[in-house]
Amino acid sequence: MNVLVLMSGGVDSSVAAARLVHAGHDVTGATLRLWGGETGSGCCSVSDVEDARRVAAQLDIPHYVFNFADAFTASVVEPYVASYADARTPNPCVDCNRAIKFGRALDRAVALGFDAVATGHHARVERGPGGAYRLRRGADLAKDQSYVLYMLGQGELARALFPVGELTKAEVRAQAARLGLRTATKPESMDVCFIARGDRNRFLAAHAPRRPGPVVDATGRVLARHAGIAEFTVGQRRGLGIAGGGPHYVVGIDAATATVTVGDRAALVDQEIPVRDLRFVGDAPGVEPLLVQTRAHGVPVPGRLAGDRVRLDAPAPRVAPGQVVALYDGDQLVGGGLAA
Amino acid sequence: MTYLDHAASTPMRPEAVAAMQPYLSACFANPSGIHGAARAAKTALEEAREVVASALGARPGEVVFTAGGTEADNLAVEGAARAAEGRDGVVVSAFEHKGVLAAGDRLVTEGFRVQRVGAHRDGIVDLEALEAVLNDRTAVVSVMLVNNEVGTIQPLVEVAALVRRRAPRAVLHTDAVQAVPWLDVGAAAADAALVAISAHKFGGPKGVGALVVRDGTSVRPLLEGGGQERGLRAGTVNVAGAVAMAAALSTTIERRAEDVRRVAALRDRLVEGLTARVPDTFVNGDPRRKVAGNCHVGFRGVEAEALLVALDRQDLYAAAGSSCSSGATEPSHVLEAMGVPRAEALASIRLSLGFASTDEDVDRALAAIPAAVDRLRAPVRISR
Repeated sequence: MNVLVLMSGGVDSSVAAARLVHAGHDVTGATLRLWGGETGSGCCSVSDVEDARRVAAQLDIPHYVFNFADAFTASVVEPYVASYADARTPNPCVDCNRAIKFGRALDRAVALGFDAVATGHHARVERGPGGAYRLRRGADLAKDQSYVLYMLGQGELARALFPVGELTKAEVRAQAARLGLRTATKPESMDVCFIARGDRNRFLAAHAPRRPGPVVDATGRVLARHAGIAEFTVGQRRGLGIAGGGPHYVVGIDAATATVTVGDRAALVDQEIPVRDLRFVGDAPGVEPLLVQTRAHGVPVPGRLAGDRVRLDAPAPRVAPGQVVALYDGDQLVGGGLAA
Repeated sequence: MTYLDHAASTPMRPEAVAAMQPYLSACFANPSGIHGAARAAKTALEEAREVVASALGARPGEVVFTAGGTEADNLAVEGAARAAEGRDGVVVSAFEHKGVLAAGDRLVTEGFRVQRVGAHRDGIVDLEALEAVLNDRTAVVSVMLVNNEVGTIQPLVEVAALVRRRAPRAVLHTDAVQAVPWLDVGAAAADAALVAISAHKFGGPKGVGALVVRDGTSVRPLLEGGGQERGLRAGTVNVAGAVAMAAALSTTIERRAEDVRRVAALRDRLVEGLTARVPDTFVNGDPRRKVAGNCHVGFRGVEAEALLVALDRQDLYAAAGSSCSSGATEPSHVLEAMGVPRAEALASIRLSLGFASTDEDVDRALAAIPAAVDRLRAPVRISR
């Protein structure tokens, strides 16, 4: 197969490329330049590109840099800023996978005659008995990334390869070391790639106007003032600026009035999650029991889909609007949507 | 391999490869020494300087060897600005090479007022805008002789006349890096006090260039130390590089008339063939004012970055925009300065020919490019 492997300069995509080469595919590497902005480090720094380029040279495959900075700004960064301004908690990795890696990059790969795009994601693509593609969790459950790939449909899965999905992270590093790849011991990237660690509030303040407002309890009593709703997420406990009487959790954010509502733990939990933009890997599920995951590495809990709502078997902390609600049948992804 | 990126770098002329060999082995000494081995190196160096000087219409004492075009541009713009007593104006065209633009940015941090003058859509610097910003505070003016992306020859004689009239004390620098294979730089840049060239653009090695600093022009050095190059560029001179550059320059000049005629015909066939075979093709830069090796074309609706990959996969090598340190293709500041819309800039590629280009190169390009453009224009269907 003619495969374009997206190489971030990290160990997972390095090993993904190596495995494809060793499996006999015709492999080409590409590193995406997504953000030229303030951090200078993060996902597309010069040294990461250089790591990817050197690994590609070691594997004797061609390597390109694709400049998708415009698309990344429009499809990931601007929606990220807009979400917080609208009292939603975005997941930029999901937007990047949808619009950039399995959007712009996949489109370009197909236009260039590649049969598939590979990444270093920990997830597994399989074909079911009827020939339909399925997405399963990665073999290393602690590193599983099927959650941030929940939006992939049959068209994308037919052209997606995840060569390290069968491996544990330890096995990935061991393979990298055995092959002498320079990325073998490279630390994992964390956080949001276009924002320097711990700099989220400053980034948001620089990209959208901040409107101060009140922090109130369920009765509307003002407990504190805040500088802007973007600094809050439903479920948040720290940094509320409230002295005593705790613990308080953010239970709601109203963008129109810039009001943050707090309450106790009982006020935070709920048994139903309204979901929008639902989509499914294959056919829509019926009423069968599913597993519901609401954070990238959250513990899945039992529930069922009922129309555009997910009903949990037991109450759980409310999901911040904008977060992905992914639905699984065992370790197989069924689909998902965004908490409304 | 079909190499259509001669404006980025040319293969070395065999004469240059041969000329530098002795100075990579037997004749290795530091030309600054007093002994026989040093004298041999020094003699070679000064002979090279004479060749370069004569090619550029300068005297040998006016040639400063540098480590390439960027250093020569930096030395010219920064060095002349810093040497200008009581004047703080720096004027550059907005589509200069980054070696000039970055020097201007550096000077801003030192308190200089740096103004960038735009260009017309045809790829020629805006002379009216230039005239408007020149005054008696202007210390340095920098306008390239040939633009590195679209290949247009700039009206340096007119620029020099404006400088003489509006800013008579200002120093005129010209980046002639892209001009050497095609123009008689000595004549074309006669009015410039500072002239930069780079060896690997005309069959010499990378890492060596020169700046002409005409007598009476004050320039502060960037590198200080042993006082080499009349104190303008400290550091042991790259003797082998200078010798090879001189050899490449001699050969270039000797064959220039014929190369220009032959390459211009190849280029014209390439442009005409692409325009005829590919719908919605446009040309950047006035074709009548270009050097012989430049073909800068755009294909509406095609991403240049994808097209370059498609061509590279067939071993056809071309370029677009300018490469940043990560290797990503950046939107071209040259096309932006010319007022080319961003969508057209991102659809444009540079096919640059050189002395080594052949009929077969053009044949292959005319076969590969229309097919690649067609494929990239076909809609991609992925069920989502």
